[in-house]
Parts: sequence; structure tokens; C-alpha cells
Amino acid sequence: MLMLNCPYCGMNKDETELSAGGEAHIKRFGPGSSDQDFEEYLFGRANPKGLHFERWRCSSGCGKWFHAARCTLTLEVFGTYEAQTLEPPQSIKDLITVKRPGWSWRAFS
Amino acid sequence: MSTRLANNGRLIDRRKPINFLFNSKKMIGYEGDSLAASLLANDQILVGRSFKYHRPRGIVASGAEEPNALINLGEGGSFEPNARATTTETFDGMVAVSQNHFPSLEFDVGAINSKLSQFLPAGFYYKMFIHPRSFWKHIYEPFIRKSAGLGKAPKDRDLDKYEHYYHHCEVLVVGGGIAGIQAAKSAAASGVRVMLVEQTAHWGGRAVVDGVVIDNIAAEEWIKGALSELSVMDNVVIRNRTQGSGVYDHGYALGYERISDHTPGDSRPRHRLWRIRCKQIIVATGAIERPLSFAGNDIPGVMLAAAVRDYVVNYGVSPGDRTVIVTNNDDAYRTAIVLKDAGLDIPLIIDARPKGGGILMDQAIAAGIRVETGRGIAKVKGGKRVTGVSICSQAGEGAELEEISCDVVAMSGGWSPVVHLWSHCGGKLFWDSSKAMFCPDPKHPPLGVDGEGMVRVVGVANGHLGSAAVLIDANEQGSVAAVAAGGKTKKLKAAHCNNSVEFPMLPVWLMPQGANYGLRSKSWLDFQNDVKVIDVQLAAQEGFESVEHTKRYTTLGMATDQGKLSNINGLAVLSKSLNMDIPDVGTTTFRPPYTPISMASLAGEARAEFFQPIRKTPMHDWHESNGADWEPVAGWRRVYAYVQPGETTKQSVNREVLNTRKNLGFLDASTLGKIIVKGPDAGKFLDMMYTNMMSNLKVGRCRYGLMCSENGFLSDDGVVARIDDGTWLCHTTSGGADRIHAHMEEWLQTEWWNWKVWTINLTEQLAQIAIVGPNSRKVIEKLGGMDVSPEALPFMAWADGNIGGISCRAYRISFSGELSYEIALPANQGLQFWEMLIDAGAEFGAMPYGTECLHVMRAEKGFIMIGDETDGTVIPQDLGLSWAVSKKKDDFLGKRAQQRSFMDNDNRWQLVGLETLDGSVLEDGAYAIASGKNANGQTNTQGRITSTYYSPTLKKGIAMGLVHNGPSRVGEVISFTKIGTSPVEAKIVSPIFFDPEGEKQNVG
Amino acid sequence: MKRFSVFAIAREAMRQHSGWSRTWANPQPKKSYEVIIIGAGGHGLATAYYLGKNFGITNVAVIEKGWLGGGNTGRNTTIIRSNYLQDPSAAIYEKSRSLYENLSQELNYNVMFSPRGCMMLAQTQHEMRGYQRTAHANSLQGVKTEFIGPERIKQLCPIMNVDGPRYPVLGALWQSRAGSARHDAVAWGYARACSEMGMHILQKTEVIGVTQEAGNVTGVETSRGHIECKKLGMVVAGHASVVAEMAGFHLPIESVPLQALVSEPIKPCMDVVVMANTVHGYMSQSDKGEMVIGGGTDGYNAYTQRGSFHHLEETVRALIETFPMISRLKMLRHWGGIVDVTGDRSPILSKTPLGQTFINCGWGTGGFKAIPGSGWAFAELMAKGESPLTAEFGLDRFSAGRFVDESVAAGVAH
Repeated sequence: MLMLNCPYCGMNKDETELSAGGEAHIKRFGPGSSDQDFEEYLFGRANPKGLHFERWRCSSGCGKWFHAARCTLTLEVFGTYEAQTLEPPQSIKDLITVKRPGWSWRAFS
Repeated sequence: MSTRLANNGRLIDRRKPINFLFNSKKMIGYEGDSLAASLLANDQILVGRSFKYHRPRGIVASGAEEPNALINLGEGGSFEPNARATTTETFDGMVAVSQNHFPSLEFDVGAINSKLSQFLPAGFYYKMFIHPRSFWKHIYEPFIRKSAGLGKAPKDRDLDKYEHYYHHCEVLVVGGGIAGIQAAKSAAASGVRVMLVEQTAHWGGRAVVDGVVIDNIAAEEWIKGALSELSVMDNVVIRNRTQGSGVYDHGYALGYERISDHTPGDSRPRHRLWRIRCKQIIVATGAIERPLSFAGNDIPGVMLAAAVRDYVVNYGVSPGDRTVIVTNNDDAYRTAIVLKDAGLDIPLIIDARPKGGGILMDQAIAAGIRVETGRGIAKVKGGKRVTGVSICSQAGEGAELEEISCDVVAMSGGWSPVVHLWSHCGGKLFWDSSKAMFCPDPKHPPLGVDGEGMVRVVGVANGHLGSAAVLIDANEQGSVAAVAAGGKTKKLKAAHCNNSVEFPMLPVWLMPQGANYGLRSKSWLDFQNDVKVIDVQLAAQEGFESVEHTKRYTTLGMATDQGKLSNINGLAVLSKSLNMDIPDVGTTTFRPPYTPISMASLAGEARAEFFQPIRKTPMHDWHESNGADWEPVAGWRRVYAYVQPGETTKQSVNREVLNTRKNLGFLDASTLGKIIVKGPDAGKFLDMMYTNMMSNLKVGRCRYGLMCSENGFLSDDGVVARIDDGTWLCHTTSGGADRIHAHMEEWLQTEWWNWKVWTINLTEQLAQIAIVGPNSRKVIEKLGGMDVSPEALPFMAWADGNIGGISCRAYRISFSGELSYEIALPANQGLQFWEMLIDAGAEFGAMPYGTECLHVMRAEKGFIMIGDETDGTVIPQDLGLSWAVSKKKDDFLGKRAQQRSFMDNDNRWQLVGLETLDGSVLEDGAYAIASGKNANGQTNTQGRITSTYYSPTLKKGIAMGLVHNGPSRVGEVISFTKIGTSPVEAKIVSPIFFDPEGEKQNVG
Repeated sequence: MKRFSVFAIAREAMRQHSGWSRTWANPQPKKSYEVIIIGAGGHGLATAYYLGKNFGITNVAVIEKGWLGGGNTGRNTTIIRSNYLQDPSAAIYEKSRSLYENLSQELNYNVMFSPRGCMMLAQTQHEMRGYQRTAHANSLQGVKTEFIGPERIKQLCPIMNVDGPRYPVLGALWQSRAGSARHDAVAWGYARACSEMGMHILQKTEVIGVTQEAGNVTGVETSRGHIECKKLGMVVAGHASVVAEMAGFHLPIESVPLQALVSEPIKPCMDVVVMANTVHGYMSQSDKGEMVIGGGTDGYNAYTQRGSFHHLEETVRALIETFPMISRLKMLRHWGGIVDVTGDRSPILSKTPLGQTFINCGWGTGGFKAIPGSGWAFAELMAKGESPLTAEFGLDRFSAGRFVDESVAAGVAH
């Protein structure tokens, strides 16, 4: 039973008030992209046992989408941040570095 | 015999006798009794039968760990199987019946299994019943099912109410013994919100039974004081009869409150499920005494030593007149002293330790009780109750030294901390070999949202066996938890208590140590599931080395007590068999709940009419009183058809179709999704959402649009209206409104967050009514108020105005092929407008119609329906809708996907109309058969039916379907499956069956 | 190895059961094997078994991190059915179901396959049409199913409330030869048979790397050292992504928790398996008498083997509506497993970018019922390089957009 802080509401939200939205920071490939890029965009989900970046929606609250950095093994949450960004904020990356030295996730580290 | 004593009984009120029935026999208990205590007070030693061998079973324990005393409780809508007598409070009028026997508890034919037990070793199912094949299903399995199963299946609908509570606090303390109370005091002192729960009706746990003195007063008095202090604190919530049942991630915990199990019929809810969110959880759940494994340890009358003490002290009930005590630790001596003080006979204390115990042993000897050390029980005598024991040397193989008659054997094999709640979320354990117990390993706690430990175990559950250490531990950790949860550092002084000095226990996993096969085959580990020492040994012999394998092979610990008594003893036997240390064998996983909790409590209030809210349109009640045959559609109820007296539903549908085509029909279309999309970039955004162009739609006009998923498949459709320069209104399907709105928001917020677009879902704000048929214009003109002439409101246009004095918006759109208007107006005027229409329409032959009529009319026109023609695998090109897929736009959702090789391909199943040669109706979901079989031997197919109806207009069956290269095969006859008969032939035709030129909807 | 029978039991009963030998051997790893299967769950063991039985390949090691059958094989709700809509699914699940029919006799191990019948309830008009469609599809696929009405449903399952106020039961897709089996026994039976063929089951052996040369697999690094092989099969539900990464490729799957629960045991009251997809719940009664209940998956990735509690609430709530009598039963235990979910919710049985390496994963919530069929087909794929049963379940389907989508007819539950 996860509890995540919605960065818009500023409130801790019970999982039942949220909707999970899968992996975060996916780059969209549209017309003109290669079959491989398009396949990776639609189906090539990171499925790490450990640190993961994912999307959530505050669906029974403010309705906003946000991102969470979370460990899929311990369920520890390193932070949540607004979805309108191409990469996690430095403060969250720094915190992860403290807790999971040497971490990397896709292009981020 | 077991009986009520004249003395003792701190929990009962002797002035308040209670009448109850056990197996139809009238019995008397006292208020405050547990059912187990009441049964013992009435000399009811035999209370049930075991699962596999149907062995006689008596009460073993006094609490949640009881494996045997399971009862069919109550009757009818208040019936509950498998009620645990030790945790059930007796009430006046209670009806209790024992379980798992035929024909009676005393004489059970199933007990033959016990005689055959040598043929029914662990895992025997896997080795036999193999031949002949059909016998498993028809002969063996029904027999096994019938003899298993314990309680009776309830038959009637539950009469009780249940409810859910949400509760937020910083620190949850589970367990109302002295550890929990001290921890709660300590945490509460720091100012954080604390909740303290206790599963039983009473506070104090073992300390009050064992006469502990705290701060120089009796534990009972200290607890009273502590509770009254806590109860006046604003930051503290206290609940008894509330079990901490489960610990889940991120500080979620489950409380299970049994509000009125003991006061049935008083109109309060039966159970309340507490959904607790906290930051820190303190587990003060004590320990459970372990049985000893000796031959005959399952005979009724063999009980846990502390439980015997509980019955005497708490309920004034003696389980027997002559009690032999057998132990490997000092604690059981307390039972001897209590019994002796109560005037009962203790012929012998058998202490397996070569030199016996400490001060408590001395006290027992001083009280004149005989103690034999280095001894064990060779065998318990008796059948349906204990008649005596033979004793032997613990170090030997069971040679009988002496026989002693008795009617109770009180056993103590040491204590196992209750670490369930620590373990539910991944807390690890370590084996404390000096105490022979698994204790919480503080280095590996369950982690909370911040990656730090969120559960602390205190007191006996944390491995502290003396009260003094318990209180210090609880006080310290209560304060640490409060600080971790955000409280101030404020240290209380722990309550003081003198530690009693006890001699170390001696692990005894088998009694006697060298027990022969015959004795081991009578030494029970799991009393309910009938798992004996030899069963675990056989599992090890057969290579089931993992503890999980052994558990599953023997069913050890899988009974309704989930191994609370049996797991550690079984583990020890297994490790010994494997020549491994206990910690290397490991434990099975502790899973919630701590004890079984009612299914109904999980459902809470959400039952029957409250199961899921039904969404109702403003006209719902009118439909209800006018013959509505309802159909659930995505949370809504929609009218399938209005059935008039004497009609079948099918006849109603036909009537509605014919009348609408001939005269006038009204449809409640309020459930249609209505989403406003607004802003400077709204046009650009809708061009991405829809496959066709929406940005160039003119103000005042409507356009039919398609939406695809990014994976290319059709997901929704509807009419879009341009309201003003920067505003569009998008209609969605009834089931799609919330989904499509969320879909739009997702793209706006996570991909194109710089675009200036706002969306709002207006579905429930507006009532919408379709006015359909040749007379539709007439009825609107009769009501008057706005010009709906073809010039003012041509096809695919909309206008604002008022009709009959009600402000509304009229869309000239048609999903039936008829002249048709859809009128949208504020929801609160929907019913008024509907009734005006019904009245005004009477002279024009108006009738309301339902969704099935809508479907038939749209199919007659070849209009697709999302969910019928589409199923998540269909792209617009399959449905002849390429005209609605823009070639001009660079991009829209689904465009790239539709360029993949399997989709950008004419070689697909495509939409056609289908007509049987004889006019009959094709079956829903029928497949078109192709010649030959595929590599897996399946008949090849070449298409399938997506919609099929009887058309009352055309007086024949019509169907739409997807057929391989269908549009190029018009005129061809193909075969469709028909269940139970030979295939049906149908001709491929145009999907537009009626008015192909569209003259009716465009009528001037 | 001793053959199991009632006579063997009688004989052993006379000598204190001292003659029973190990069910499977516990060998030391060899330096190399012809085939290594990673994962000694049902699918992995069945693959090994059919490699031996159908193709004579017995120089096989099945490597298991924990204890065999300890993953989803031992955590599911044991439903076996094959009434799937799409041809490729129906083919492999029906193969599986038909193998289950004789599995006890074939393995000489009673897996307690009980063809008690399974019904999938239609509770909306949309579901009605969906299941009617499945019935038609099944009639051409050689899968015996029928669409039945409320009266027959009530007859087959008297404890069901077919007139529920919210979602009345309108009909059901009924497969009389569907049923359930004893999950652990399936793993144990296959393990015993594999061991008898001389295959090595290496428990408590964790694979930590995959070695390769010139684009082909050469072996695996394990916690007990390097072990060579000529062919490698990866059959690790829940951890498929982790193992694939070791071999240098990425899978289109996500791992999510799936939960189940059982009630306390009661006397027999339900003789069929019922799935209610509109309300997301399914239930059957085990031979022990427990009501075995399953629901949907969690929405987020996790490797915790426990899910979120509210899903259980939702499932139980729905089932009380369908079966009011369970209201006063008590939940004994609930647990979770990790399931691999693919982009189209169908499994992957495929060659991989690494030569001589094959992957079997993505069974989502439907793995147990597929064990024999999956093992049969995957063994064929590994031995011959192709199998008609796996042809449509390749990794390449995602780039072509050629999906096998089972969710289309109705519901999502397996």
C-alpha cells in the first residue's frame, strides 16, 4: 500500500487515490521513426529490480500527473516531482546517490 | 473432570449466568467467559475432530493460537463456521455445534482414518489414486473433499453490517499487555498521535495472570492506572477487541475490530476494519507457548501449561482434577503453583532438564508437589480424554518407568515470540539459540517509505522474557519510535518491576529424545491437520528439504491456526532430520492476517445496493416507472428497451424501431461523454487526438471523429462540435467519457505540457436527449423557441437557443439515419424537458426507445459501434473509415503504429454487411469458416460477425462483420459457425442496409 | 525409483515407510550440459521433461535460485482451462489442458487434476457477446465449450447469486473439461520424472551471469561456479527481465504483483471454478475445503511478492456480491506473486538475440494452466528451432504490430 507525495497537492496520497502510469521519461517516437525505435517506445519498458522512475496520476485528488523515483524491491520512495520535465531534479538524483551509490537508470546516473 | 471452581475467575461476573447450547445440550456459563472456558466449565473436554484422521480433539490453548476448538457458531444469517472457541466470548442464547464429524462428535465414522493412519502417511495422495484416471474426479476426490473441510458451508445471506474506518496516527502500538501499554505511554508522552489496540476484550496479557508487581502495585492496578492516563490524552486512541491483523508497505496496517460478536443483534456493526496509516508500528504481541512432542500429545486434556493457568485465574475453571505438568522451562511451575493454590491436585511435575529449574521449582517443591527432573512423558493414556501418563527418562528411548493417573497434562516446550507483524513486510528473524526462539533481527527491519525501519518489536515478542526487561525495552522503543515518527524527545522513566530469576530452558524437540517409531508416530506437531513427527521425517527422507516443501508436502502449519503452535517444533524436527541447524532451514513466510478475519469486514459497507454506486441520468426514475428493462453500461444504467404490458423485450425493441422510423422516438443520451477542450492550442491538440482534422472545423458545425491509441487501434468515436474560436466540445461513447478525458489529460500533462489547452468533463452536467424520426422537427416546433428548420440548422450543425422555454443546445446529428436532433441542457432540467417532449410528442406518435433499438437502427445504417465493431485489435482502415483518417496531417496518435507492416496492409479482415440466404439472424460472435486447418489442427477462419440483429424495418436478419478482404468480395457467399448445428451461409453485401443515399436524415 | 501405487503404500506401511527414496536427486553440478534451463518452476521442469521424453535430450540441468516450484507455480489459484479466444492461445492452452488429463498417469504422480469445469460469467451485454464469440471460436479450435444461461449456471453452482442487484448473471462460457490441479504436485511430479531420466535439478543455485562467444551462448555463471551448455532456456517468471539483461537483451515485459487469498476450510459447497471478470474475481474450492480466490494485478512494478491490500478488498467485495454465502467465512491467508506482463498480455516463447538461447516468459496471470503445454512447445522450439505452438508468440511480433490479444473478448483475468 504505497503512499506518495503529490508534488502539486503537496499531500501524502494513499495509493487508492492515485493511478499508476508506468515508466517515466519515455521519449515519444512518431511518424518517420524507425520500426525499432517505435517498438522500443511502445513496449521497451525498463523493468528493473531496484530503482525505477515511474509516472503516477493524482487521479482522485488534483488530477495532475507526476513522477516518482521508487525502488521496486524495497518500495522505498526517493522522491516525487512534477511530470513536466525531461529528467529528474538534481536534488532527487543526489538523494539517490546517497542511498544507492553508483546508481544508473537508462540515461540518468 | 473439568469444572467451575468456587474461587478465582477475574474476568467473569458470577452474578450474570449465561445460557447457551452446545450440540443441542443446554449449558451455563458466566458473563466474561470465552466459549472455551464455558465448555470446560461444563466438563466438555471433547470439542471437535481433526482434519485428516478425525481424531478426538480438546481445547489446547486459551487464545488465538488454538488449533482444535473450532465451532459452527450461530444459525441462519448469523451462522459462522470455524469460530475459535478460545477467542469467542460466550453470550446468552449462543448456539454452538462441533465440526467435522459424522454422525456425531462422540462417534465419528471418519475416525477410521486414524486406524488406517499407517496407510495414510504424509503425501499419500500423491502416491495413490492414480489409476484408473477417471476415478480421481468421480470416486477418490469427492470422498476426500467430503471428509475434509471442517465447518459447514453457510447457506443464508449475512444479516450483519460491517464498516471501514480510516485512521491516521504517527505510532500504532499492537498488543495491550504491559509492553504495549508502556510503549504507548512512552510514545504518547512525546506528543505524537498514538493508537493502541488489543485483540482481546481485556488488557494486561500474561502479566495480570502471573501476578506481576509493577511500581509496587499489582499489574492489574498498574494497567488500570496507565489506561486511564492514556484515555484522557487527546493524542491517544485505544481500542480493545481490535486485532492488529496485518502490516503492509509504507506504514499501512490493518485493524480488525470485533464490535458486536459478543452482543449479537444489538444493531451495531459486527466488525469494523481499520485502515490505519502510521509512521511507526510497535509490535508488542507477546509470545505463544510451544507444545512438547510426545506420544499421545493430541489426546483431549493435553493442554498448554499457561492456558491451564489462564482458565483457572481468568475464568475460575479447572480443566481437570489431577494435572500432570511437563516442561522444559521454569514458567510451567507457575501453573503448578496456581493450581495448587486453587486446591487442585498436582501428582507430578516432569521437568526434562536434568537438574530442573530455579526458584519457581523450589516453591513448587515447598508447596509439596513432587518434581521429577531429567524425565519425560513416554506416552499419554486415554482416548477421548486423558486418563494418565507413563513417564520415562528424557535421555532414553521411552522405556516406561512409572504410570500416573491424571485427567490433564499441562505441557510447556518454551515460548515463541509472535513476530508475525514484523515479518509481514519483510522483517527478518534470527535464531536465539540460548532461548531457542526466533527473534526479530533489528538489523533487517521492514522498511518504510523512506527506506528506514518502520516496525519495532518490544517486550516478550522481542525476546525479553522477564517483566522488568520488557518494560525497559518497551519504554525505550516507544520513545525512539515517537521520535522517528516526528515527535519530541521526551523520555519517561520505565515502570519498575523486580525481575524473577529463571533457570534457562532446555530445547526439547522430541520426548523422549530417542523416541522409537511407534512413539513418534503418535507425537503430533500440527493438531488440526494431523501432522506428526514421522510425517516431517518422511518428508525429509523423500528430499523435501526446503521448509516450504515440507510444509506443503505434509500440510504442517497450513491449518486455520497457520502453524502458531506447530511451526517451530516442525522446523526443529526437520532440521534434525537433515542434520542442519534450525536457522539454516529457515522459516516459512508469515502472511497476513494474524488470525482469520471475516470476508465481510473486507467488503465493509459496500454490499448489495452499495456494492458499486449506480450512475443515474436525470430521467432515470421516469424510465424506471415506464417499463425500463435495464442494461449496465460502464457504471450507468441505460434502458435496453421500454417493455409495455404483454410484450416480450424483443417485441418492444421491434416496436421501438418501427415507430421511430415511422413517427418519432426519444432516447435518453445523457450518458454520452461530453468533454470541453479549450485554449489557443486546442485545435492543434485535437488534431493529435483524432485521426481526422478538427482544427479546421467551422464554428457552428459538427464532425464525426475517431480516436486511436498510440498502438494504432481504434479506441473511441464521437461527434465533435466547434463552439467558438478556441473551444471544441467532444462527444465520447458512454463507457469512454472518463477514460478519454484522462487520456487527453495524460497527453497534455506528460507530452505537450507547453500547449495551452484546458479540458473539462461535462458529462454529468448535461442531460442529452435524442429526438429522432420523421416527426422530430414537428415536436420541437410545437414546443417552440428556436428555429430548427433545415436552413437555420442544417445537418451536422448546432445552435444554442431555447425550446419550450428551456435554454439548450441543439445538434442536428443522426446515429439512426433519421431526421434527428440531439438536445443538450442543464442536467437539473432534463426530466422536465423529457416530460414536456413525451406530452408534446403524443400527437406525433412519440415513444421513448432504448439502447437496443439504437443499436438496430445504427446497424441498419452500417454505422460502427465502439466495442462491437472494435475490440482493441481493429484499426479505422479495417472499418472502411479511411476517409476519417487524415492523409494531410504529419502526426496523430496511432499514425506511426498504423504504418507497421502488419497494419499497413490490405490483407486484413475488413468491414462488410452480411445477409443469410434465408433471412435468418446470424449468431453473435460467429466465425466465417475457411478451408483447411492450420498447423495446430484448428479450422481456418476468414472473418467474424461483429454485430447481428433482426431488422424489423427490413424484416430480415442483418449483420456486420470483418471478412478477409471483404469489400472486394461483395456478392460472395461464405459460411458462418452456428453452435450445435451445421454452418449457415451468408452473402457479403454492403454494410449499409437501409437508405444508402442518406435521404431520410438529410430531409429538408 | 519406486513406482507409486496403493500397493507400494501398503508395502511401506508394514515397514514404517522406510523404503521411500528421494523424490528427486540432489546432485553436484557437472562441468557442462547439453541444455541448461534456468528456473525450476513448473514451466522449466516441464520443458526439461519434454526435452527428454520427446527429443531424447537428457543431458540437462535445471538451475534454480531457491527451491523448485517455489515461485508462481506454488502461489497461484490452480485454474486450468483453455477456452481462449485467439487461435494461438487456444492451441497452446488446449494442448496443455489435454496433457493435464493424463499427467498423473504419465508421471506416476498424482497431480490431482480435477476436471470439475470452469465457467466465465457474462454480466453485461458486452460480455455476453464476447463469450458467445469465444464459444464460436472454440468450436473451430477443437476446444469443447458451450455458452450457458442463468438456469444452468445456478444448477452447476447453487451458491451463486445470479440476480445480483448490480450485475445480474446473464450467461456464462462453460468448459466442462476445465478444472484445477494440485500446483505443488505438478512441479514435484515433473521434477521426479526429470531426475529419473538423469537430469540434474540444481536447487539453491543462483545464475549470476550468462557467458557467450561469437554470438552464441556458452554457459552460465552461477553461485556454484561456471557451468557450460550448448543451449540455454530461460524460464523464470517474475525475473525474466533480470535474467535477459544478463544475456544482453531487453524484454518487452513488466513485473507486477498478483495476489490471491484463501478462506478457512469448509465442507464442499462449490464444485466448479467460477470467473467473474466484470467484477474482477474468481473462486473455486480446494480439496481441503478452502475457497481459493484470485483477483487482478497491481498497477505498478514491484518485486516484493506482496501486493496492495485494497485489491483484495475489491475482489472480496465483488465475490460477496456473486456468492453471498462467503460473507461470514474468514480469510485465512493472502499472498502475492510476481507476474511478467507483456505488451499484449500474451506470453513470449521465442528465440532471442543471443544464439542458442531461448526465452519463455510473460505468462502474466495465466501461467499455471499452461505448464504442460508450455513445456511441450518450448522443448520443441529448443530442440528443433521451431514449433507451431510457439510460432505466434515470438519476440518479433511487437515490431510488426501482430499481437495476440486475449483481452478483446471480455475481461482480462486468466
